[in-house]
Amino acid sequence: MTTLAVEHLDVRHGQLQAARDVSFAVGSGETLALVGANGAGKTTLLRAIAGAHLPVAGRVLIGGEDVTALPAHGRAALGIALVPEGRRLFVEMTVEENLLLGRMTGRRGEWTLERVLATFPNLKPRLKSRAGTLSGGEQQATAIGRALMGNPQVLLLDELSLGLSPLVVDRVYESLTTLMRSGTTIVLVEQDLGRALSVADTVVCMLEGRIVLESAAAGLSRERITEAYFGLRAGREQQGAVP
Amino acid sequence: MSAMAVSVERWTTRSRVAVGVVIVVLIVLAFGPLFLTAGQADRLTALFVYVILAAMWNALAGFGGLISVGQQAFFGLGAYFAVRLADAGINPFLALFVAGLAVAIVAVPLSYPMLRLRGGEFAIGTWVVAELTHLLVNLDTLVRGETGTSLISLNTYDAPARRAYIYWLALAVMIALLGVLFALLRSRTGAAIQALRDDEVAAASLGVRVVGTKRILFTLAAVGAGLAGALWLATAITFQPKTFFGVQWTAYMVFMVLVGGIGTFEGAILGAVIFFLLETWFGATGVWYLIGLGATAVLFSLMLPRGLWGAAEDRWSLRLLPVGYQLKPRTASKE
Amino acid sequence: MFQVMRIINLAHGSLAVLAAFALFVLADRYGISPFLGILIVLPAMAVVGWVLQVVVLERASRAGRLVPILATFGLSIVIDNLLFQQFGANTRSLAPYIGDLSYDSWQITDDISVGKIAVLTLVTAVVVLGTIQIFLSFTQLGRAVRATAEDPDTAGLVGIDARRINALATAIAMASVTLAGAALGMRATFDAYAGGTQLLFAFEAAVIGGAGSVWGTLFGGIVLALGQSIGATIAPQGFLIGGHVAFFLVLFARLAIPGSNFRAFLAGALRSRPA
Repeated sequence: MTTLAVEHLDVRHGQLQAARDVSFAVGSGETLALVGANGAGKTTLLRAIAGAHLPVAGRVLIGGEDVTALPAHGRAALGIALVPEGRRLFVEMTVEENLLLGRMTGRRGEWTLERVLATFPNLKPRLKSRAGTLSGGEQQATAIGRALMGNPQVLLLDELSLGLSPLVVDRVYESLTTLMRSGTTIVLVEQDLGRALSVADTVVCMLEGRIVLESAAAGLSRERITEAYFGLRAGREQQGAVP
Repeated sequence: MSAMAVSVERWTTRSRVAVGVVIVVLIVLAFGPLFLTAGQADRLTALFVYVILAAMWNALAGFGGLISVGQQAFFGLGAYFAVRLADAGINPFLALFVAGLAVAIVAVPLSYPMLRLRGGEFAIGTWVVAELTHLLVNLDTLVRGETGTSLISLNTYDAPARRAYIYWLALAVMIALLGVLFALLRSRTGAAIQALRDDEVAAASLGVRVVGTKRILFTLAAVGAGLAGALWLATAITFQPKTFFGVQWTAYMVFMVLVGGIGTFEGAILGAVIFFLLETWFGATGVWYLIGLGATAVLFSLMLPRGLWGAAEDRWSLRLLPVGYQLKPRTASKE
Repeated sequence: MFQVMRIINLAHGSLAVLAAFALFVLADRYGISPFLGILIVLPAMAVVGWVLQVVVLERASRAGRLVPILATFGLSIVIDNLLFQQFGANTRSLAPYIGDLSYDSWQITDDISVGKIAVLTLVTAVVVLGTIQIFLSFTQLGRAVRATAEDPDTAGLVGIDARRINALATAIAMASVTLAGAALGMRATFDAYAGGTQLLFAFEAAVIGGAGSVWGTLFGGIVLALGQSIGATIAPQGFLIGGHVAFFLVLFARLAIPGSNFRAFLAGALRSRPA
C-alpha cells in the first residue's frame, strides 16, 4: 500500500524553481532516502509535501488521498509529520511542552509521552528545561519526539545530522533504526551518503530540482550514486524501483 | 552566450523631461502672488506645507523604515519656537525660519534614545513624545494653556505683502527641503538610505552606518516638520497648542504618503496634491471628511500598499526623477 | 494581541472607548446596568474583533511589518470620528448608572480611604490577567497560542491552525478591551476622542512592564499610575506629564541597562517554575 505518493510536483521558491516534475512513492513501513547536493531542492520538496510550501503543479497523496489543497495543519492531522531542517523547536517552551504540542494533530496511536521518552531516554532528565538550552542531540531527539507524538503515517526527516557531532548522529540513527523496525514510513533527507545508504530501502537522488536517480539501496554502487549526485551522467535511471 | 554591454546612468530622457517640467512649474509658481487671488495664494501656501509634511514623513517612514505617529511634536515645536522668538523681538519671518532649524536642537539628542526603539515601540514612543511636548509647551505662561497666543508682530505688515512673503517663504522652504532630500538620495548617503529601506541587515553587513543614517533622516524629518509648523503659524497667525500638536497632522501625513506612494520621492508629492484637492473639495464636511481619510488610508494600506505612484512604478517601470540608477543597454549602433 | 500576532493595534484604545459608549447606550436608553451590560457587550466586541481580524488585520500583517501600524491607525481615526459623529463632543460617564458604587469607598484609616471602584478594577485586572496566565501556561490551547506566537510556520507543521489561534487571541483581546472600557467609564469620563489617550496608557503600561509578560503589564500599569498620581500632586497638569515621564524613564533605563530589568527577573522566575 502506498503511504505517500508525489506526482509531477513543481515547487517554486520565490523566483527559483526548486523542484521540477518530481514523482515518487513510498510504501508502508519503507524508508526512502532523498539525497543530493545543497540547493538540489530537497528541503523545499519536503516542505511542499508537509504543506508548508504550496506547489505550483502536481499532487501529493497520503494513503491514497489527495491532500494538495490542504494547509500544513490539515496534513498533520492526516498523518504527515515533518522534522524540519534545523529542528525548529519552540525554544521559549520546555521539552515537555514541545512534546505535548505534538498532540495537536489529534491523532491517536501508539506514541505517547512515555513511549517517546523510552525511545529517547536522554530527554528524561531534561523534560522541564527550556528547549533553547538543549544540546544539539537533545534538540534533535525532541524534534523527532514532537513529530512522533502526532502518531504520523509518514515521518519526514530533514537533515538530521546537520550541526551534530558524529557520535551524536550515531545515537540519533540508532533510535531511528528502532523506529524503522517498528514499521514507521520514513522519508529521510540526508547529506551523509554513507548513512543514507545504510538505513534506506530506496534512494532518490535530486539534482537542480529533478530526480536523476531512483533505485533500491541494496546493490547500489557508490560510483553510480556519486555520478548522479554531481550530475556526471545526464538522464534519469530506473533500476528495481519500488512502486 | 553573448554578454550585453550596459552602461550605468542616472539621467534618462524621461527624467530630463520630468525635471524640466518641474523647473517650469516652479518658476510659474514663483510668480504666483502677482496673478493669484488672495484665497488662491493662501491655498497654495497650504499645499506647499502639505508637500513638505508628506515628503518629510515619507523620508522617515518610506526610506528609514521608521513609522512616526508623533511628527506633530516637531510641527508644534516649530510654531512654538517661532512664537517665542518673535516675542523676543526678532523679525517674524526670520523667527519662522530660525524656529524650524531650532527644532534640530531638540531632535538630535532625542534621536539617540528614540532610534534604539523598534517598529511599533518607536511609533508609540513618538506619540508619547508628541503628547509630552504638547503638555510641556502648555506650561509656558506665554502660551496660556490651550488659549494660545498669536504671532502679532506679523500684523506690522499689511495683508497683501504679508501674504506674498509667506507664500514665497513657503515655496522657498519647500524647494529647499525637497532639494536637500533629492541631493541626499543621490549621494552616497542616499544609496545607504535606499539600501536601508530594502534590507537593514544586508545594508549593515555592507558597511552602511544604519543608526547614523537614520539619525540624519530623523533630524531632517523633524526640521522639516518644524519649518512646516512655523509656516502654518504664519498663515494662521494664532498658535493654539491643540491645533498644532493634534494627532490629525499625523493622520494627514499617513494619508498623503500611503495614497501617494510610500518610499518614493514622487509619491509623497502626488499624495500631497491629492490630499490638497480632497481638502479643498470636502474639507468643509467636517467629521465625515476625517472618517473618509481614515477609511481611505485603511483601504490603501490593504489593497495598494505601495500607493498610487508605487503601483504606477511597478506597472509601467516609471521612474521620473533621477534618484536612482538605470541600466541602459548599449546597442551596437551607438558605439 | 501584540504577543501572538506581532501586530501593534493602534485602534486598541478607540475600541475600548467604543465598548464604553456601547455600555453607555445600553444604560442610557435601555436602563441596563453597566455590569449586566458587560455580558452583552463582551461577546459583541469579540465578534467585532473577529471581523476586524479576518477583514483587516490578517491582510495587513501579510503585507509587511509596517502596514498593520498604518492600517490600525487609520482604523482608530475612523472609529474615533464615527463615535464623534454619533455622540458629539460631550463627555460621558457610566458613573450615574452604578449608583453609589462610583464614589463609595472603604475607610481604612482616618486619612486613607480606598475607592470601591478602584479596588474592583484592580481585583478584576488581577483575576483577568491571572486567568490568562494560567490559560497560557497550563492548557494545551494556551500552549498552542504560545507556540503560534513564537513560530507560526512550525506551529502549522505540528497541526496548529494559526488562523484559529489568531482569532482566539483577538477574542481575548477584545474581551479585555471591553472590560477596560467599562472600567474607564465607571471610574472616569470619556468622549469620542478618548481612545488615543487610553491607547497611550495601555502601551506605556505594557512597555514599562516588558511586552513579553502578562504580570509585567500589571506591574507596568501600577508604575504608570504611580507616576501619574505623583505628577498630579506636583501640579494640576502633572497627571499626564508624570505618566509620560515615568514611561520614558523606565524605557530608557531598560535600554541602557540590558538584562537588569523587571521583565528579565520576572521571566527568570516564571521559567524555572514547572510550567
